[in-house]
Amino acid sequence: MSVDRILPLIVAVPLFGAALLVGAGRRLPRSAAEVLGCLFAAATAALALAASAGTPSSTARPLEWLGGWRPHDGAGVGIVLVGDRIGLGLATLVSLLVVAALAYAWRYFDEPPRRHAGSFPALVLLFQAGMCGFALAGDLFNAFVFFELMGVVAYALTGYRVEEARAVQGALVFGVVNSLGAYTTLLGIGLLYARTGELGLAQIGSALDARPGGPDALVIAAFVLVATGLLVKAAAVPFHFWLADAHAVAPTPVCMLMSGVMVELGVYGTARVYWTVFAGPGGIPAPDAQRALLALGVLTAVLGAVMCGLQRHLKRLLAYSTVAHTGLFLIGLAVLTPEGLGGVALYVPAHAGVKAALFACVGILLDRFGSVDEPELHGKGRELPWVGVLFGTGGLALAGLPPFGTALGKAVTEEAVGGWATALFVVVSAATGGAVLRAGARVFLGLGPVLGSGAATSGPADATDDEAAEETTGKAEEPETSGGRLTRVPGSMLAVPAALLAGALAVGLVPGLRTGTGHAADAFTDQAGYLAAVLHGRAVEPVSTPPPHWSTAGVLWGLLATALAVGLALLAVRRPLGAEPARWTTPLRRLHSGHVGDYVAWFLAGVTLLGVLVV
Amino acid sequence: MSVLPYLIAGWLFLIGCYGLATSRNLIHAVGCLAVCQSSTYVLLLAIGYRDGGTAPVFSDIAPGSRPVVDPVVQALTLTDIVIGATVTALLLSLVIQVAKRHRTVDPDELSELRG
Repeated sequence: MSVDRILPLIVAVPLFGAALLVGAGRRLPRSAAEVLGCLFAAATAALALAASAGTPSSTARPLEWLGGWRPHDGAGVGIVLVGDRIGLGLATLVSLLVVAALAYAWRYFDEPPRRHAGSFPALVLLFQAGMCGFALAGDLFNAFVFFELMGVVAYALTGYRVEEARAVQGALVFGVVNSLGAYTTLLGIGLLYARTGELGLAQIGSALDARPGGPDALVIAAFVLVATGLLVKAAAVPFHFWLADAHAVAPTPVCMLMSGVMVELGVYGTARVYWTVFAGPGGIPAPDAQRALLALGVLTAVLGAVMCGLQRHLKRLLAYSTVAHTGLFLIGLAVLTPEGLGGVALYVPAHAGVKAALFACVGILLDRFGSVDEPELHGKGRELPWVGVLFGTGGLALAGLPPFGTALGKAVTEEAVGGWATALFVVVSAATGGAVLRAGARVFLGLGPVLGSGAATSGPADATDDEAAEETTGKAEEPETSGGRLTRVPGSMLAVPAALLAGALAVGLVPGLRTGTGHAADAFTDQAGYLAAVLHGRAVEPVSTPPPHWSTAGVLWGLLATALAVGLALLAVRRPLGAEPARWTTPLRRLHSGHVGDYVAWFLAGVTLLGVLVV
Repeated sequence: MSVLPYLIAGWLFLIGCYGLATSRNLIHAVGCLAVCQSSTYVLLLAIGYRDGGTAPVFSDIAPGSRPVVDPVVQALTLTDIVIGATVTALLLSLVIQVAKRHRTVDPDELSELRG
C-alpha cells in the first residue's frame, strides 16, 4: 500500500474504533473495551510510523485527494490530506501519547455505569482522530472541523467525572472560551473564501499571491481571526485562562494528552496556516507576523513562568508550565526561519514526553493520597521512592538537562532566535523546572518546614481565608481510580512515565531524528514547494539549511538552566509553607478569576491586541 | 451587493460576546455563545449570495441560464450548524451538572478555580 493511501486511514482507524466501542460497548466487558481502545490507538500509531518510514525523503509531501477530486488548473473543491514529515510526525506523537494515556488509565476510574464500558476509550479515540486529522488536513475548513472535533471531545473528557463540582465548572469555561475562538477562526476562513473562492491552504495561498498590490485590510483581518482561534488552543496570553482551570479538573490521562499535544497543535496550526497561506507576497509581511508572534510569545512565557512558581495545586503548576513552554514555542516560531521551526519541532515531542510523565506522577499522588496540594502532601511521597525519582527526573528534564530532548530543542531554538532570547529561555526553563523540583523536594523528600510550623502558625486565621480566596489549593480531591485510594501503585502507572521520559531522552540522543527534523523544517517553511506539490504534483527540493545539532554553548546553557532550577528549588523550599505570597503577585492571581465573563473580556482584548500588533 | 449582512454578522458576534462577558446565568451564557455562532452563518451566507440568484438546484433550471448562489458556503453553514448543535448540547448538559453540584448557575458564585 502506498503512503498516499495510508493517510486517510490515520484518521479513519480511530474513528472506526470509537464507533465500534460506542456500538458494541454495551455488550463488552470493561477489559475487552480497554484492550480494543489500546489496539486501535496502537494501530493508528503504527500506520503513522509506516507512512513516515515509507516516504522517500524527509522533504517529500505525500498527499491524497479524497474521492479523487483533484484540482484542475490550480482550482478545485476537493479535500486533500497532506502528510509532510512534520504533520505525520505530529500524528505519530499524538498516537503514541494516546497509547500511553490509555495504558496509564488501565483499570482506572470507578467502575463505569453498566453498559457504558466503552465510553472513555471511545472518547479518547475520537480525540485522537480529531488531532491526527488536524495535523494532516490540507484545507482550512476540514482543519476547522477536526479542530472542533478535538475541542468538543476535550470538553467532554475534561468534564468526564460529571459528579464532581469542579470538573463540570472547568469543562464549561474551557468549552465556552475555546468555542468562541473556533468561531473567530471560522469568520476568518469565511473572509478568505470571500476573497479567493478557495478553501484549500495551497489554493488560498496561490490566489492571494496572484493578486497584485499586497495584503489589504481584509487579508489582515482574516489572518488575525484565523490565528486567534489557533492561539486560544495554544493558550497564548491573554487567551490562556482556560488552560489551568481545565487541567486542574481533567482526569490525569486527559491532562497528559491536553498538555502534551493538544495545546501544541494550536502552535502547529498557526505555523501551518502562516507558512502555506500568508507567507507569500499577498499575505502578511514577515516583520508584522514576527512582531505579533514574538510579543505574544514573550508575554506568554513570562506570565506562565511567574504563575507556575506561585502554584501549590500540582496540576495547575504543571498547567502553567505548559503555558510558559508554549510561549517559548511561539518565540521559536516567530523568527520565521527553518532553524527556529526545527528547534520547536524537536522541543515539542520532548516536552510532550516530559510533561505527560510529570502529570502521570501527579496522578499517582492524587490516587494514593486524595490530594494534589503541595503543603498537604509534604513528606508523604517518601513512601513512593520510584515516583519521586521519576518526578525529579522530569523536573530536571523540564529545566533543560542535557541530553534530554528538551535541552536540545531549547538550545536549537534559542540559537535560532539569538541574543536576548537565550537569557529568556534559560530563565523560563529554570523557573518552571525549579517550581517542579521545589514541589518534588517537599513532597518526596520532605524538605523544608512542615505545615503549621514557623510563620504559618503565628498568622491569624483570616489570613488563611484570604489566601484560600485567591488560589486553588487542590485539597480534598477525589481519587480517580476504581475503589477509592490506591493501596499500592500498579506497575502500569509507573511504567508509563518511565517510558515517556525515555522517549524524551531519545529525542535528544537519536541523530537521525535531528537531521530528519531539520530537513522537514526546511520543507515546512518552503511555501512555493508546498503550493507546487499540492496544486501541480511537482516535487521541489527546498533550500537546505544545516540540521539542528548539539552545540557546546547549548549544552552549557542547558546545564546552567538546570543548576539555576535546582538553586531556585532549594531557595523556595526554605520558605515556610503557607506563608503570605509576595504582594506584587496578588493582582496577577486576581486576573485568573475562574469567571467565564472575565475570560471572554480578555479574549476580546487579545483579539484587539493581535490586530494592533499585526497592522 | 449590500454591506448590511456583513455589519449584521459583526454586530451579532460582538453583542454575543458582550452578553457572555456580562452574563449572570450560565444558560444565558450558552445562548450568547450560540448568538456568536450565528454571526458565522450570516457571514458565510452573505459571502455566497449573488444578486438575483436562486437556489443552486438544477432539476428545473438549465445550468447557466440564471445566476445561482454559492452552494459551497451553504454546505459550510450546514456543517457549522451541526457543530453548533453539538457544542450547545454538551455545554447545556454541563450547566445542568453545575446546577446540580453547585446549586447555582450564576458564574459570579462559582469561585472554586482561581489563581
